[in-house]
Amino acid sequence: MATTATAVRPRRRPSREPAGSPLLLGHGRLPRVLAGTALTVLAAVWLLPFLWAVATSLQSEQDVSKPGLSPFKGAFTLSAYEQILERGNVVLWAANSFLVAGLVTLITVAISTLAAYGFSRGTFRGRRGLMAVTVAAVMVPPQLLVVPLFEQMLMFNLVDTYAAMILPQVVAPMMVFILKRFFDGIPRELEDAARLDGASEVRVFRSVVLPLSRPIVAAVSIFVFIGAWNNFLWPFIVINDPGLMTLPVGLATVKDAFGIQYAQSMASALLAALPLVVVFLLFQRRIVSSVATTGLGGS
Amino acid sequence: MPTGERPLSPPPRRGSRRRGPGLLFVLPFAVPFVLFLVWPVVQGVWMSFTDSSLALRDTSFVGFDNYAEAFGDPDVWSSLGNTVLFTALSSIPLVLVALVMALLVHSGLAGQWVWRLSFFVPYLLPVTVVTLIWTWLYQPDIGLGNELLTTLGFEPVGWLSDEAVAMWSVAALTVWWTVGFNFLLYLAALQSLPTTYDEAAALDGAGAWRRLWSVTLPQLRRTTVLVSMLQILASLKVFDQIYILTKGGPNGSTRPILEYVYDVGFTGYRLGYASAVSYVFFALVIVVSLAQLRLFRQED
Repeated sequence: MATTATAVRPRRRPSREPAGSPLLLGHGRLPRVLAGTALTVLAAVWLLPFLWAVATSLQSEQDVSKPGLSPFKGAFTLSAYEQILERGNVVLWAANSFLVAGLVTLITVAISTLAAYGFSRGTFRGRRGLMAVTVAAVMVPPQLLVVPLFEQMLMFNLVDTYAAMILPQVVAPMMVFILKRFFDGIPRELEDAARLDGASEVRVFRSVVLPLSRPIVAAVSIFVFIGAWNNFLWPFIVINDPGLMTLPVGLATVKDAFGIQYAQSMASALLAALPLVVVFLLFQRRIVSSVATTGLGGS
Repeated sequence: MPTGERPLSPPPRRGSRRRGPGLLFVLPFAVPFVLFLVWPVVQGVWMSFTDSSLALRDTSFVGFDNYAEAFGDPDVWSSLGNTVLFTALSSIPLVLVALVMALLVHSGLAGQWVWRLSFFVPYLLPVTVVTLIWTWLYQPDIGLGNELLTTLGFEPVGWLSDEAVAMWSVAALTVWWTVGFNFLLYLAALQSLPTTYDEAAALDGAGAWRRLWSVTLPQLRRTTVLVSMLQILASLKVFDQIYILTKGGPNGSTRPILEYVYDVGFTGYRLGYASAVSYVFFALVIVVSLAQLRLFRQED
């Protein structure tokens, strides 16, 4: 972990995708065929649940409950989707999810970047102590906080508000840790030059440090967003009003109400899955390389 | 940290230290950090020594009663056992399958983005979506799982209703859902490996298997240590998918410790006791983390 500072340095990669190592398979034909088969089988197994869900969502409830292995047991219909959208909740929950995850990401990234820079370069007293506590906090399972946090929200009268969902989620010690390691790896000379020119500390941060940190900030943003988008337990506990629910919570509350209406269940699952999958398709390369950027991947 | 001597810079003003960002940079993080993390941790410790309850506003100090009760509570032990079983059933395939996927994708076959997409996209799904899809696959009469088994001539399985099977079903869902993240960690590691050793071994006439075992896998050791440690800690914290999929059933056979905390605290309203149980769990997490650190340090 300690040697990653160099691996983390921003660097301009050639724009072509890393082709992988052809050496790994040698020059023979057989290993390629075997590896290709294994990949295809694995990918098929991983895609099968999706495809089965898609097929189910495009049938009527009656056809779905017919026995048989064929994914399509009856006529093609969009009725499951129509019924879901008529009820309107899925769209509302998706909007709540975007609002909550978006604000959590914005606030988390802003305060974590500032703090990480302060920890990396700061000159104030208690810096090391506070950083040590932050690193130790990485170990605390968020679920451990649920009971006392709920008490706290009762006390502040915040139960059933957006604030209650958002505020506790903006504390991300792991992200501060990752960002600090990145800042530690940036040479100080650039900042000192700006300081000698009389730039204020805020200006040094904004004009010198942040531009160098775009890849790591993007990586952190993506992971914070995915985490907040998918967070279940905390919003589930602190929200009872169906109008404030996020997608994971809302779908869980109707899951039992759906009973055995599998076409509708699958339609709502796929509608709920759509936004992030689209985001992933748009930013695929960035997401993959961001893992390397955070220094978690290499060593 | 060396304070680089810079002969060209003007002499520092008397009394002023080297310039750098001040406490103000850290404050916007430190305030919510103390408020929403440090305080709840401390408050949780305090609550675990009281009979605090959602129903009653009056609380009193009960000393170690909650902890004594927790250690004698068979539900604590069985849910801890379930948590450990889940961790074993999920972590091993989550590391091995991710490694195999990354090696296969890295081997340079065409269609990179299709493979990456197939393996990573489940990780993007909210937990409820994942469990909705798998509830349907595990449906006893017409779900894909049993349709496949009966077509192949096997007996149908009670995926979520058979006590001996349910935890395996939960683990299978979890592997499908989250393997993509470990896969990406391995893929990133593979892509940053220097190719020189591999090339040298190839020149010396080492075959593909030989190079995989003697060059590539040893180079991935640090990544494997990291992935395993993160995975075990993540698996110990399982709650969401089990709560939605089985509510801990059948007959408590899949209930993890964190669901027990939830049940006691929010269904049984006993927040004080729930806090005590969650700190027993936290102790387990710390013991496991320290054990892992020791184990992997010694091996190095």
